[in-house]
Amino acid sequence: MPEVTYIEFDGTPHRVEVPLGTSVMRGAVDNNVPGIDADCGGECACATCHVYVDAAWLDKVALPEPGSQEAAMLSFAAVAQPDSRLSCQITMREELAGLVVRMPEGQH
Amino acid sequence: MDANVSFDPREDAYSKPLDQIDVSVPELYQNDVYQPYFERLRREDPVHYTADSHFGPYWSVTRYKDIMSVAINNQVFSSRWDLGGVRLEDQVQGYERPSFIQMDEPDHGERRKAVSPVVAPGNLARMEGLVRERTITVLDNLPRNETFDWVKDVSVELTSRMLATLFDWPIEDRHRLMFWSDVTVCHVDTPDAPVHSEAERYTELQKMATAMKALWDERAASNSPRYDLISMMAHADATRNMDFRELLANCSLLIVGGNDTTRNSMSGGVWGFSKYPEAYRKLRENPELVPSAISEIIRWHTPVLHLRRTALQDFELGGKTIRKGDKVAMWFVSGNRDEDAIRDPHELIVDRPRAREHISFGFGVHRCVGNRLAELQLRILWEEILKRDFEIEVMDKPKYLRSNIIHGIRELPVQIH
Ligand code: HEM
Ligand code: FES
Repeated sequence: MPEVTYIEFDGTPHRVEVPLGTSVMRGAVDNNVPGIDADCGGECACATCHVYVDAAWLDKVALPEPGSQEAAMLSFAAVAQPDSRLSCQITMREELAGLVVRMPEGQH
Repeated sequence: MDANVSFDPREDAYSKPLDQIDVSVPELYQNDVYQPYFERLRREDPVHYTADSHFGPYWSVTRYKDIMSVAINNQVFSSRWDLGGVRLEDQVQGYERPSFIQMDEPDHGERRKAVSPVVAPGNLARMEGLVRERTITVLDNLPRNETFDWVKDVSVELTSRMLATLFDWPIEDRHRLMFWSDVTVCHVDTPDAPVHSEAERYTELQKMATAMKALWDERAASNSPRYDLISMMAHADATRNMDFRELLANCSLLIVGGNDTTRNSMSGGVWGFSKYPEAYRKLRENPELVPSAISEIIRWHTPVLHLRRTALQDFELGGKTIRKGDKVAMWFVSGNRDEDAIRDPHELIVDRPRAREHISFGFGVHRCVGNRLAELQLRILWEEILKRDFEIEVMDKPKYLRSNIIHGIRELPVQIH
């Protein structure tokens, strides 16, 4: 199973196996990785599953289309950056094995 | 409709013809009899049309999933004040309040971003110590084995202080903010409402805005960074030039948002635990459950009963055709009790799996900006209650506000043992 590394805001890393077809948000929540709240359960409706995608992975994890629901929600997340994504909208696939994401200071 | 013994809401809800069901009647919430009506609607007519009500014709969306789909579809379902706003009760012409909750993109987003840092995680971490200090003071001064009103002595005390802090408003004058909050949310035809006409409401809110404007001018002129809501609006590009009417509207939005809902959650939790004493026992034995317990309290109480949208085009929902221009109410109070989305929804369960996935804060771009602040205040309150090992006995049923929008608890007599 492919692995994802989640790095907490204080730098603590968590390496977790995330099944193909499952979202990066689910991978964290189902394995009790702290720092992702996911208040809407993955409906792209709350922006509390916000992560920063590691620079090395930005070409494989496309950024959200401007004007999309994800872009709209992300624009309200605390401290959104150009490498921000909502992790419920990233689905695990082979080429993302080894993905690294960082968590913001808090979800809002 | 009196809350007398002969009236059986379940009987009434199930014997009426469906098209006679009107869940906008404020007495349903004042008398705490609304659940059976929603239960029937969720089963038999989840997207329900009421042709005739005090607030005109409107749709009721009652299931969790349907509410979510309306909330996130802001292309079709508008919040705009000039189309009527976000309450079933239309904004009255001449007295509209163009706050950012009642705007669509891009106007809404620009303004929301000006204030959201005040209640974002970074700033909240700075506030935690202050919130805890105040909570301790309030709890340590409560009487023992003697009846007092939890609403007045705890919920209002704590949330009014928080509100004064958010605006950096003189703390000894905080009761004026609470008064303006009540003025904003009341239905003016309620007999003991603080104001009795739209004109009177507007006059009071103008007094509020005048006071806020004075603070605004002072803070706009100062360059030292401050983190209150007024300073943030006075300095942000999107809001610094706002006119008096918009200032009035946004301050009244933030006054209500910043206290009323949290106040009622503080009371609702005590009432909930008195109905589910097992849940309270479990929490006392497992204080690490506080974060999930407060999400559960916010779900179970549902401080905002409904919010309204106006359809910008025809739209199919649940087999019904909503027409362009129709009013659509998202009944959060029903979505949070939807058996298809939430197991045993009427029960207060402190270790509920996925407790955060309630619908009380709304969803989509207008989702509550103050949700983490509300959670912070509630978390600290319950942590400190548990530390003191309070046994809170509720002496009588809560008295509820006459409102179809705010699930308000006006009085809750309790004793602490
Ligand atoms: C348990 C407590 C609270 C509940 C249940 C609650 C509920 C809600 C809901 C349902 C909305 C969605 C509006 C919509 O979709 O049209 C909302 C928005 C909002 N809330 Fe809260 N709220 C709470 C606490 C707070 C606090 C503490 C603040 C303090 C600043 C606040 C400020 C706001 C503001 C400014 C908006 C408008 C956001 C926008 O339109 O973008 N709320 N709230
Ligand atoms: S879980 Fe709500 S937006 Fe991702």
